[in-house]
Amino acid sequence: MPLTEQEKSELKARARQLRQDIVDVTVWSGGAHIGGALSSADLMVALYFKYARVRPQEPEWPDRDRIILSKGHSGVGLAAVLALKGYFPRDLLRQFNHFKSPFGMHLDGNKVKGVDASTGSLGHGLPISVGLALGARFQKQTWRVYCLLGDGECNEGAIWESAMSAAHFKLDRVTAIVDRNRLMIDGATEQVMALEPFAEKWRAFGWHVIEIDGHDFDAIGRAIEKAHATAGQPTVIVANTIKGRGVDFMENQVKWHYGSMDSALADKAKQSIARMS
Amino acid sequence: MPEVTGTTWTVYDANTMTQTEIYGRVLCELAEQEPLLIGMTGDLSKSTKIGIFEEKYPQRFINVGIAEQNLMGVAAGLAKAGMRPVVSTMSIFASMRAGEQLRTDICYQNLDVKIIATHGGVSFGHAGTTHHATEDLSITRALANLTVIVPADGIETANALRAAMKIRGPVYIRLGRGFEPTHYQSEDYGFEIGKAVPISDGTDLTIICCGIAVYHAAEAARVLKESDGLSVRVLNVHTIKPIDEDAILRAVRETRRILTVEEHNVIGGLGTAVADVIAASGKGCAFTKVGLPDCFSEIGYPEDLYAYYKLDANGIIEKVRELMGKEFEPDEDWEDEV
Repeated sequence: MPLTEQEKSELKARARQLRQDIVDVTVWSGGAHIGGALSSADLMVALYFKYARVRPQEPEWPDRDRIILSKGHSGVGLAAVLALKGYFPRDLLRQFNHFKSPFGMHLDGNKVKGVDASTGSLGHGLPISVGLALGARFQKQTWRVYCLLGDGECNEGAIWESAMSAAHFKLDRVTAIVDRNRLMIDGATEQVMALEPFAEKWRAFGWHVIEIDGHDFDAIGRAIEKAHATAGQPTVIVANTIKGRGVDFMENQVKWHYGSMDSALADKAKQSIARMS
Repeated sequence: MPEVTGTTWTVYDANTMTQTEIYGRVLCELAEQEPLLIGMTGDLSKSTKIGIFEEKYPQRFINVGIAEQNLMGVAAGLAKAGMRPVVSTMSIFASMRAGEQLRTDICYQNLDVKIIATHGGVSFGHAGTTHHATEDLSITRALANLTVIVPADGIETANALRAAMKIRGPVYIRLGRGFEPTHYQSEDYGFEIGKAVPISDGTDLTIICCGIAVYHAAEAARVLKESDGLSVRVLNVHTIKPIDEDAILRAVRETRRILTVEEHNVIGGLGTAVADVIAASGKGCAFTKVGLPDCFSEIGYPEDLYAYYKLDANGIIEKVRELMGKEFEPDEDWEDEV
């Protein structure tokens, strides 16, 4: 079912709030992978506030959908969206990166409520997602697994090992979403290690592939619903995004893969986010 | 092969089945009791003998192909979904090819995954050094949350696997290729994770060993008694982590000479674990580690390699005689401190 105008405007408001929170946590933590957290913010909002079945008051609800942040360095974005969804008070994020804080750059699933896997080392989330989906199938459970991948992360061989296995086992309850922001630490993905033809690679591995604008909630919604309607094969949504999306001076800037901000710069960032339509 | 069922394993079974075949069958037995147990491998169903389980429970078996990183990651996901995966692959791949997945996906998240690492040490000798695992104990010992077990033979493998399934958490069980000789006559000798098993008592020297070395050390102790009149204690320290500190310190106190024997580099495995315990106690003793002397292993049939690296009875006898002549600083205050 397409999103109503009201739903769309609510999701946009959530996404603006999430981006503001990501800026705050970046300041509190002393530095964060803000570029990729901003590029995937709309995807995270769509999952947590519309499509994934989760219960913030019951984080271990057995029938919940699992959301695996394979691009674990976007932990700042995941922590902020979990707080926004009500898993824990937003103020807890003031400890981010501090001594013995449960919150660090890459989130620990045994310490942070709502985090379904401890990720951070790239190429690990998709294999875990495959295992989760197989486990659900063995136990005749119907929950889904959403796995958010970075595009640079898809250099990792383990991604393609698990891609092969998800198709082989016909895991139609796995939906991978690639945050295709085209930048990685050392530069453009196509210059560091070319991924294109990216969609064709996934097709060749047996996946149902949908390419979208990853900042368009209508498109995100349609893609997730198509993924739900697909039987017998896993779906990957290649979400074309803009790294640093929402903060004008960060957009498409490779140097904002990871960064720190003083309060003046954080204000500028927030003003830019407030101007988003 | 005779059809062996039931839950008690004896020397009869051990004589007619390899260590890994016993493992495959015990797994079937455990699967009857544990509906969430699921078997996994990466194209080594036949080699690791988990194929015995696969035949009986095809719906509860996952083969991910030749992709060990994915194998461990998928196991982690299965455990997170509430399943109890038992993963079989060769030690070299379990500890090194997929070492980071073992650490980060399984141990860091403290997941209930049992890793059955076959072809440990030089047991696949003629396959060449690429297929030997002489570093895996050092690597796995350093992984927090992980229990590390090296069974002496097929019967002890049965005990270890059963005990491992009683624990909720990651366990690494390191086997040989399956054709190694059998030490135990039956399962009833009091196997307990983390507790050393005395093989023989003695007062002159203690051999602390695991895996294939248990059979050979027991033989060496018998020969040394006859030929040299030596009273040699043999301890089967099947659990490398958590290690039985009490048994080690008792041996230091009562025999003052310790020889460790393992099918592994002398760096980081059983010998190092024992040395850590002794050093922390502050007690002096004569001490020698037998294993691969920090080198890559030669190629050859396992028996030849065991002889070459002094891991068989003759080699152990030679090392015991050397150690008997070794000086050490006696410590008069022992009784006060232990």
